[in-house]
Amino acid sequence: MKEHYEAQLQLRHNYRFFKESLFIRDIVRDRWLYVILLPGVLYFIIFKYVPMFGLLMAFEDYKPHLGFMNSPWVGMKHFERFFSEPQFWMLFRNTILLAIYNLVFFFPLPIVLALMLNEVRIGIFKRFAQTLLYLPHFVSWVVAVGIFYVLFTTEGGVVNELIQKIGIEKIPFLLSEDWFRPMIISQSIWKEAGWGTIIFLAALSGVDLQLYEAARMDGAGRWRQLWHITLPAIRSTIVILFILRLGSFLDTGFEHIFLMLNSMNREVGEVFDTFVYMKGLTQGQYSYSAAVGMFKSLVGLVLVLGSNWIAKKFGEEGVY
Amino acid sequence: MLAEDKNWSNRLFNTVNYSLLTLVSLITIIPFVYIVSMSFASPEEVAKGGLLLFPSKFTFGAYKYIFSTDTMVRSILISIYITVLGTLINLLLTSFTAYPLAKATLRGRRTILLMVLITMLFSGGLIPTYFVVKAFGMINTYWSLMIPTAISAFNLIVLKNFFQQIPDSLVDSAKIDGCNDLGILFRIVLPLSMPAMATFGLFYAVGHWNTFFNAVMYMNDAEKFPVQVILRQIVLLSQDQIGNTTSQQDPTDYLPQTIRMASIVVATVPIVLVYPFLQKHFAKGVLLGSVKG
Repeated sequence: MKEHYEAQLQLRHNYRFFKESLFIRDIVRDRWLYVILLPGVLYFIIFKYVPMFGLLMAFEDYKPHLGFMNSPWVGMKHFERFFSEPQFWMLFRNTILLAIYNLVFFFPLPIVLALMLNEVRIGIFKRFAQTLLYLPHFVSWVVAVGIFYVLFTTEGGVVNELIQKIGIEKIPFLLSEDWFRPMIISQSIWKEAGWGTIIFLAALSGVDLQLYEAARMDGAGRWRQLWHITLPAIRSTIVILFILRLGSFLDTGFEHIFLMLNSMNREVGEVFDTFVYMKGLTQGQYSYSAAVGMFKSLVGLVLVLGSNWIAKKFGEEGVY
Repeated sequence: MLAEDKNWSNRLFNTVNYSLLTLVSLITIIPFVYIVSMSFASPEEVAKGGLLLFPSKFTFGAYKYIFSTDTMVRSILISIYITVLGTLINLLLTSFTAYPLAKATLRGRRTILLMVLITMLFSGGLIPTYFVVKAFGMINTYWSLMIPTAISAFNLIVLKNFFQQIPDSLVDSAKIDGCNDLGILFRIVLPLSMPAMATFGLFYAVGHWNTFFNAVMYMNDAEKFPVQVILRQIVLLSQDQIGNTTSQQDPTDYLPQTIRMASIVVATVPIVLVYPFLQKHFAKGVLLGSVKG
């Protein structure tokens, strides 16, 4: 009995040794791959994971001279302060409204544009239109906002001069609360709607042409083909992009808004991101603004996981 | 698809579709045309106002002025430096990381991929990242504009998938010929991936050329500002003194509009020029993706 037990142990030991040697053999075989993998892994640890760990400073009163380890812990103080501040509701409203406007006015446009481009049968027209529509994506937000400034300013901007010619008073597009959100959304559309068509066009190029053939045989016109073949074909792409969009729902375009903000529209334009920058880096309230940033990241995480879960419930693929 | 029905509803559909697309394209492009032509116009003509799509007389005055200033020329050189070196770092690190992850047999591959995916969902945000950059002593150095953005998780995943499409038989035959993993990467995988590398190179380069906020955050020294930061001072701050950052009592206040326009053109043309040069690679990239092994 005892001998049998020992033999078993020996066997197990051998097996484990065998597995370990396999493991080591694989590591040795791939040693060069691990060497070139190392810088990338270090990059993600240092610039992505250390900052996540650094978010703990949202729970302390971080003092640069004391350092991260020695600054006093204060628990939820900064979060409580943030939620009780009247500014919280202003930021919340501004961020959510911009995000909703983006979802309602911006999100469908690349889909519509892609569907329109997909119906174009003249190759050169299609390529020409695409090249023009992609162009604004390559300019910076400084340039995009700059161009809008030059066109819409009340001091000699073309748009306002045309408005004046029709006999209406000049409109302070850039320095008013009413026009801030429409300007932001239309700038986003101008800059990114064309570029956004790429992914949908790629999805559309995979649609089986025989389906259209068959539909035509059955007497379906262009509208019916669009409705019953083209749209269902890109449905999963739309869902995935929608989920991703929800994940960055609160990322309202930091640089963009930062550049458009001025003292006249701050009340409607300040969002979580710009608030974090202002409080943190220009006023030095590090822990407080880290707490605000963390709140934003968490909401984004919940949104993307939640919408993915719902998409799966409805039988779509989802992102994960 | 060629035999389209020629009935009236189809014609109507086409007419509406083509007209709308033409209109949208025009709306997209006219602001650019306007800015470019204004930059070549004389200040007097611009001052008269109106929608001036074609100036009556072309002058290069605004451009001459821009290239005679220290600030603008220096910032362009800085941006070129950051774009070239930064993009090289991007491509090197991204492909070095993507290649091992494309090997199904690599131990620990799934863990690392999961680690990368998580960073796409959650991040430490602005303030903690700033402190990491600061801890490495990169504040006020050009490294702060290149190293913290060295790898885009999204590009990494796409490139990994691209590498996976390269047929194993090619890699195996190189191995039999005595090539090690590094040799395979440099002699076989990377040359085969030129279209993908060109595409990602363009994306990264656009990011570096357009970098604005990181520079505002990490650079204190005005002498080291890249072109987008200078452009903002010329175009936006001189117009709106009630703006948000440091008080800019610039002499640019007296600059004529044409110089603002020319600055926009100068800060945009380099990156737009790269685009058609790399566009042919886009087409190849699609082709390579469709003709598998």
